[in-house]
This record gives sequence, C-alpha cells and structure tokens, in this order.
Amino acid sequence: MEMTYGEAACLALRQEMQRDARVWALGEDLGTIGGIAGQYRGLQEEFGRSRICDTPISESTIMGAAVGAAICGTRPVVELRYADFALCATDEIVNQAAKIRYMFNGQARVPLVVRQPIGIQKGCAAQHSQSTEAWWVHVPGLVVVAPATPADNYGLLKAAIRCDDPVIYLEHKELWPARGEVDSQQQSLPLGKAEIVLAGEDVTIVTWSKMRHVCLVACRTLAEQGVRAELIDLRTLWPWDRDAVLQSVRRTGHLLVVHEAVRVGGFGAEIAAEVSEALWRSLKGPVRRLGGPRSPVPYAEPLENMMRISPEQVAQTVREVLKEKK
Amino acid sequence: MLLQLYRTMALIRAFEEAAGRAFHDGRIRGPVHQYVGQEAIAAGVCANLRPTDYIASYHRGHGHAIAKGADVRRMMRELLGRQGGTCGGKGGSMHIADFSVGMLGANGVVADGVTIAVGAAQAVKLLGEDRVVVAFFGDGAVNRGPLLEAFNWAMVYGLAVLFVCEDNQYAATVRTSEFTAGEGIVARARSFGIPSESIDGNDAAMVYETSSKLLSRVREGQGPALIHASAYRWYGHFAHDSGAYRDGEAHRRALEGDPLEHCRRALLKHEVSVQALDRIREETQDLVAAALREAEAAPLPAPAEAFTEIQDVGAEWR
Repeated sequence: MEMTYGEAACLALRQEMQRDARVWALGEDLGTIGGIAGQYRGLQEEFGRSRICDTPISESTIMGAAVGAAICGTRPVVELRYADFALCATDEIVNQAAKIRYMFNGQARVPLVVRQPIGIQKGCAAQHSQSTEAWWVHVPGLVVVAPATPADNYGLLKAAIRCDDPVIYLEHKELWPARGEVDSQQQSLPLGKAEIVLAGEDVTIVTWSKMRHVCLVACRTLAEQGVRAELIDLRTLWPWDRDAVLQSVRRTGHLLVVHEAVRVGGFGAEIAAEVSEALWRSLKGPVRRLGGPRSPVPYAEPLENMMRISPEQVAQTVREVLKEKK
Repeated sequence: MLLQLYRTMALIRAFEEAAGRAFHDGRIRGPVHQYVGQEAIAAGVCANLRPTDYIASYHRGHGHAIAKGADVRRMMRELLGRQGGTCGGKGGSMHIADFSVGMLGANGVVADGVTIAVGAAQAVKLLGEDRVVVAFFGDGAVNRGPLLEAFNWAMVYGLAVLFVCEDNQYAATVRTSEFTAGEGIVARARSFGIPSESIDGNDAAMVYETSSKLLSRVREGQGPALIHASAYRWYGHFAHDSGAYRDGEAHRRALEGDPLEHCRRALLKHEVSVQALDRIREETQDLVAAALREAEAAPLPAPAEAFTEIQDVGAEWR
C-alpha cells in the first residue's frame, strides 16, 4: 500500500494503540489539527482525548509527566514537535528518562518514545531546523532512531513503541510528504539493524534520515561514471549496526559518512573513528565525513542552501575519496 | 495515631542522625541531605496513604521513603553502597527509591519529582486505578519553571495529586524568602485554582489532619490540592555543609520547634508515659544501629554490576 512517511507513522501508532491499551500519545496540537504534520490525523476521534492527549506548551512537564506515566504502567508516545523544542525537555530526557532504570537498579523501566522531528525544512531558520542526533546518542540509556522512508517509519515506530527503553525518535520534517510502499501487515522492524540500500564494491557510504535520499541520487550519478557505491542507511543510530558497516568497508576499503547535522562533533565522527580503529589495515584511503557547516541554519534561500548537503557534493566527495589512495 | 506518627518520626530521626555520623566518619561516600527537623511532614502525610498509593520525592528523600514503608536495612545498605541496597548501590542517598511500597524515587534535580508525580497520576487515571499521588518538594523548588507547569497540568487534567511543599526556609545555602517574589507558594498554587493550606510542619497531628482532609478531596476525584508545611532544616544543605551561614540566635530559636518534642508533649498530655516514649526512641535507634551494622557487613557490589540495567537495546557496547 502506498502512503506518505507521515501516514505510515500514523498507521503504526493506530495499530499499536489498538493492540495495547497502555499506549497513549501526548503533545501539542495532536487533536485539533492531527499533529503539526498530520501525523496523528484521525487518532483522537478513534481513541479519545485521554489517549491522544493535547497538552499545554509545557515541554518540561510533557516529558516529565511521560516519564512518570511510563514508570507507572503506561507506554507514552511523546510528541515534541521539533527537535529544537525538545531542548526545553532535555533535563527530563537525560536526567530522568535515561537514568531512572539504572539509578533505581531496574525497579522500573521507562518505556516511552520521544518524537522530535529534525532537519532543515524550507525557510524554518535557526530554531526550527536543527539535527541533534549526536547529542542523544551520547546519553547512556537512550535508543536513537532516525527513519528515512515510509516503510521504515512504520516498522521502526512500532518497534520503538514496543521497546522497554526510552527511544528518541527522529523523523525528518522534509520527509513528511515522501511516498513509498508500506506493508501494513508487517509487525515491526528490528532496532539496530541497518539497510543496505544499494550494494557496491568500490566505496561504502553510510548515512541516515533524509541524507539517504540525497546519497541515492549521488550513487546513481556515480554508477553512470562507473563507480559502484554501497549505500547503507543505519536507520538506528544507537545502537548502530557496526557489523553491517564493518563488513562493507572490509570489502570496499573506503568509507564516507554523510549527515545533515553539523559535521563537527557529529555522529559521523564516531563511525569514522570506530571504523578506523577496527579496520585500519584494510582501509585503502582516509575515512571521510560530509556534514553541515558549523553554522546556525539561516532563512533566505541562498543562505539556507549553504547548509544543505547536495547529491553533487556527495558524488564529488566520493570521487575524491577514491583518488586518495594510500 | 499520634503514637504511630511519633514512632515513624523517631525512626526517621534515628536514621538521619546515624546517616550523618556515618558520613562524617567516612563510611558514606556521597552527598547526604538530612531530613532532621522535617520529620512530622513525611510522617503525617504518609500515615494517610495506602501501600498502593504513590509518592515522589526529592534529594532530601530518606524520610519519605521510611514513612512510606521502605525497609531501613535496605536503605542503609544503599547509603553505604552495598549489595542488597534499595538500588543495588547504584543510586545512593540521592536516589533512594522503593517501588515495592510506591516510593517512586528521591531525585537529584529540584522539582523534577513533581512533573513525574503528575505523570504518575495521569497513568493512574488512564489505567482506571484507585490510587493517589503525593509530590513532596522543598521551598527551593518554588522558583523552578517545571513546578509551575506541573501545577497547571494537574489542574487542567484534574489529577489525583497532593502537592506538599516542605518549607525548611533554605534553598541550598540561601534563604528562600530573599529570592522569591510575591507571596510565595500558596499564593502561586491558588492562582492556578489549587486548594492550598499553609500549616505548621512541626505539628505532626496538624499535618496528619490537614493531609487527611485534602487527600479525601483528591481521592474523590476533585483534583489536586497543596499543603505548605513550615519547618526548619536542622543541618546544612547536605552533610558536607556546616550551615555556618545561619544566624546564631534565629537558628537556636528555630531548633526549639523540634517536631519530635512537639509530638512528645502532646502524647504526654494524652497520658502516654515518658518511659513508653523513651522506649520508642531507643527501639528505633537500635533498629537503625542494627541496620548500619548489617550494612557494613554486607558485601560491596561486584564491579560488573556497573553495567547492568542500563538499557535492553544497545547496552552491549561501552
């Protein structure tokens, strides 16, 4: 069944709420407009105002209350609207959700999902465009997921809801209208499992979220030029599928990591370091990273474009990588 | 009832004095925030609670755990970082929790327990359970935004929460009054429409009666309520802190409001004997001394325990 990335998430949540009465969602604008991107459309009509719970603009308490509700027998899905606003709830995510199971030695688990859409969205500027995945991956206790396709948003949201750990769930705002096939009978996708989007022998490209689509365009260009790139979409960033990446790089000997988030201190650095440590003997050239410049995201189109990674940049970087042989 | 309150308070006092001594002689390695001077509040409120009710606490949380029925032997093991502690030695004093008695945890971040408490109440409502939630917090929390968000939240959703502000007059090392604009916590809570009462937190009977009255409203589904209980923090913010910044004369006067003495005087008027009351003090001190001995003899956690209970998915790499 073809549907959008947003509709796929909505279907997944609907099915999980039908399956498990403990699942509920809370956040701003879920009922009136079905969520800022329509990703909750129709759910309040079906499940009522207590299970699709509109809230005041109180991020700290949205998150703190979700933690309290999670340790007392329910499974909340928290909508924080933008990753940028999730920063208002960082304390509750980092100090409470991620720590409670550990500091109380397993007396409680914190089964909740924190949806906080990331990424540059046309004209949204500095406070509505950030990609913060690396911040969350750094926090022990959290699982971090970043789906790139409707099928993955469906299968991974289901998995996130079923997970007993707090899951940071990062949808990309420019992917809401993206269309694709979804098997609506499918149960869930495994967390921590990458997808080999394209198989190839010459170079490994590791990416996630919207950059999967950008890289795919680049790979097609490269294929026309005789370069066969292997494209890996990590899908889950913690835990990331190290086996899939290492296996691929062992074959290709070249690695490029691509993400929209700021390159400096980005999660690409972790992947690059791990691969360099594990495979330095089989690498044929330096591991490369492509990420956003260390700048806030500006408003005007030519300025905003400076922050975006283009397929041309990816293809060009791959060509450079292949030239930089040892 | 008053005798039961006295016993709970005596147990808390004995525990806190022992914990303070154990900190000062190096047996407890981390911060210990003593509850001495505030015992009547935990005892009076929790005497109205059922085992199935929830409480959420803050960094000064030993008293709440004891009043809710946590085992002092397991608590003392936790303070000493031993096997068999309430949190297996992972939490320590600041993260005392005992979910088996509905104690959802002390908390190292001021006011965070309050947002957790309103969420617990929301779960109770969603699951159709018959429980109430008590959120204990200090006067230092009154200037944190999440507390005010949680007040609003509890009213908007009509949640079964009793907020209990334990006003020990100090936010860490500063007088709360110097840093609080307006008329304080009761006025703030009332501005949200929360029925609120201000009482003498040294008077266990008054705490018991007021919380009994307000908790019946809460239990009947009439929404949240608040108690502001004034007391005095006998020691520093934590055991590291001598509290030397406090004015000598005012400090000495405040110590005279000892909640245990207050309760003792009332009990003597009710013809309870001095001997019976002394026996309660001795019994509770003996109980705590035994808990401390047992904790010291208990083994330390195996180092590999450091890596358990982090998470299910993705805990294998460190």
